[in-house]
Amino acid sequence: MSTTTADEHHDDHHPSGIMRWITTTNHKDIGTLYLWFSFIMFFIGGFMALIIRSELFQPGMQFVDPQFFNSMTTMHAIIMIFGVVMPAFTGLANWLIPLMIGGTDMALPRMNNWSFWILPFAFAMMLSTLFMDGGGPAGGWTLYPPLSLQTGDALPFVIFSIHFMGMSSIMGAINVVATILNMRAPGMTLMRMPLFVWTWLITAYLLIAVMPVLAGGVTMLLTDKFFDTSFFNAAGGGDPVLFQHIFWFFGHPEVYILILPSFGVISSIIPTFARKPLFGYSSMVYATASIAFLSFIVWAHHMFTVGMPLAGELFFMFATMLIAVPTGVKVFNWICTMWRGAMTFETPMLFAIAFIILFTIGGFSGLMLAITPADFQYHDTYFVVAHFHYVLVPGSIFAIIAAVYYWLPKWTGHMYSEFWGKTHFWLSTIFVNITFFPMHFVGLAGMPRRIPDYALQFSDYNQMATIGAFGFGFAQLIFLGLVIATIRGGAKATDRVWEGAQGLEWTLSSPPPYHSFTTPPNVDNEWNWFTRTVNDEAIKTRS
Amino acid sequence: MKVNTPKRSICYILLVGLIGVYSQNAWSDIQPYNMPEGVTEISHKVFDLHMIIFYICCVIGVLVFGAMAVTILRDRKSKGVTPAKFHESTFLEFLWTAVPFAILIGIAIPAAKVLIEMEDVSDADMTIKVTGYQWLWRYEYIDHDIDFYSVLKTSRDEIYNRTEKNENYLLEVDNELVLPTNRKVRILLTSNDVLHAWWVPDLALKKDAIPGYINQMWTEINEPGIYRGQCAELCGRDHGFMPVVVRAIPPEEFDAWAMQQNNKTVAKSGGSDTSLQQGNENVANAKETIAPSKQDQKNIAAAIEPQAITNQ
Repeated sequence: MSTTTADEHHDDHHPSGIMRWITTTNHKDIGTLYLWFSFIMFFIGGFMALIIRSELFQPGMQFVDPQFFNSMTTMHAIIMIFGVVMPAFTGLANWLIPLMIGGTDMALPRMNNWSFWILPFAFAMMLSTLFMDGGGPAGGWTLYPPLSLQTGDALPFVIFSIHFMGMSSIMGAINVVATILNMRAPGMTLMRMPLFVWTWLITAYLLIAVMPVLAGGVTMLLTDKFFDTSFFNAAGGGDPVLFQHIFWFFGHPEVYILILPSFGVISSIIPTFARKPLFGYSSMVYATASIAFLSFIVWAHHMFTVGMPLAGELFFMFATMLIAVPTGVKVFNWICTMWRGAMTFETPMLFAIAFIILFTIGGFSGLMLAITPADFQYHDTYFVVAHFHYVLVPGSIFAIIAAVYYWLPKWTGHMYSEFWGKTHFWLSTIFVNITFFPMHFVGLAGMPRRIPDYALQFSDYNQMATIGAFGFGFAQLIFLGLVIATIRGGAKATDRVWEGAQGLEWTLSSPPPYHSFTTPPNVDNEWNWFTRTVNDEAIKTRS
Repeated sequence: MKVNTPKRSICYILLVGLIGVYSQNAWSDIQPYNMPEGVTEISHKVFDLHMIIFYICCVIGVLVFGAMAVTILRDRKSKGVTPAKFHESTFLEFLWTAVPFAILIGIAIPAAKVLIEMEDVSDADMTIKVTGYQWLWRYEYIDHDIDFYSVLKTSRDEIYNRTEKNENYLLEVDNELVLPTNRKVRILLTSNDVLHAWWVPDLALKKDAIPGYINQMWTEINEPGIYRGQCAELCGRDHGFMPVVVRAIPPEEFDAWAMQQNNKTVAKSGGSDTSLQQGNENVANAKETIAPSKQDQKNIAAAIEPQAITNQ
């Protein structure tokens, strides 16, 4: 494919063994590191979820102390958000963005290495707090004071590790922006970029905008605890609600950081298996940008019960309801992409379809939560737990899994086992619903979230949820086995891999060369920009 | 595709059906739970809003998932179809921006009306001040000079599975909040330590109790009865063990009860009301536990020792 240059040859003398991974500045290696890190954290966070679900299998306290239970819910959230979904998306960005825009690598390779290698230390520190005096953080991942200030020795370590995670994310985001704006192949204009690149560009701006806000908020907690300030201490003239405003000004864009790249992944997969161009490309870009904009003006819908003035409650209700519009546009566009296509249902497509359906269900409960008077009933119950797990597990996590199945043959050069992929899909989809659907019911019936023990009428549905959680957890071991097996061997993948695949990454060999696109592709000739399809003839004659 | 598609779809439908039947048998007394309709005018309005938006979501869901089902069953490569080439339509994009927007306006208007009504605490007949502590509630009847604490009554033996759990497990307290029916009651909320939230689903009332703030809300209960709820904001180790119980009684009975309580409070100066004393001790303990954050970690470790649930 691409010609070997002297330069490339020189770079191939990279260290081998563990030093290859520690010193690497290659976007593919770093992408792999991010993805494996995320996968490991997924099992750690999942293990914590199973501790939570075991305790909730029956009413009464069976296995753990309530304080430890609280620290499990707190750590489960922090790990799943900062340790699983965000690194997985950064890993996908590292692997895919240079390949999709025809760039040689990420724009800032050394910073790329650093932003990854911060993470294992940050999470090692976070996990070590479980063994400290007073236990791990147990005030919820939202760290609301004054409760979070009652944390034992863990607090400064947790805040320090959050700072690390924030630095890592900001550096990753800067790298993505610099790469997308500077490394595109000639002819790859912004409105020609694949949706995954677009959604990541917007996500990166969100990250740069809000991670410093979180850093500021947690630093104020730190000074309240150790340096006698009273930012959040009412007795000293401070305001406990201020923290919630700061936190959710970060927190709401954060939840879109967790979902926008998924939209990009789904927008890549659906056209491939429908064998039809993505419907409404430009409206997809505008919808993503609108969602990002709205994410900055809806934060207080997380705090309807703190006693805001009526005008505030009305504003945040209306603004929140508006999000349904661009999100709806995306769902309609995906369905129109499938409409009158010629679909096949390989594993990535199955996960993508499940994503659309189950994410939409999460969107419905989100719309219900936006209605302030009803939110007073839903707030801090299992209904909310059901809502955000629907958008995060069969939402973000399913999109990440779909992405892995979709690009794994490209990354490894081997096809995965379609049988085990489909088995993994069906088990995951069935169990994820058994886990989270009953939570809607117990929440509506009055079960608060974050409680280690519950009234008797909630027993049946909690038992279902626990059974589902164990099923879902063990189904992921299939995925682990499948990924390892595919890396080690399997049928040889073609360059195109999927019959309907469109995009520059499919014009490279499978696996792609260690340094790809050392000569930039001529995007103008190779693409039919009207139908967004590849001109095969032009690629064959690529010099 | 190796398997022909109709056969395959039937297989899936059967599979889902089987799971349904199985769950019917395994959890035979299971009821699909919904939000309680409640016993106040507001709670009925909230319930109606909840159901309206739920039905709207159902209709949209049927249309969206129906369209997906059609295309998934029809537009299969295995059926030899050729993919269409269309990929944009300004008209459609406009349509599916405008129609949802119109639906949202239709929801927003009634929602705003209910919200405005909920936030109108004027002209209350009486006022109760509720204070959250780790992990109990204090109720002060501002107009009646009544003041007491309300602590979980469920025994430790029940919680740790040493005896049978009673039907109000975790939803029972020593002193219930007694309220009159058919009177507008204003509830002031604050906290003495961390955030709490006072929630009774049947009254559609939930608001945070925040140190340094006084939040307010109101209710007018239509039916006498006992209404149970829980703390709904994570407040530490025993967050799950600080229920709220409201006993609503007719106004005349309430007046008699209030009179009796006043007498008891006077008599109490002789020192006989154990429940109040117990409550006070509990608060004394609780106050120690929320000692200023600058205290050393040992105090904090003490703070997370069981208290509310050891009370019995």
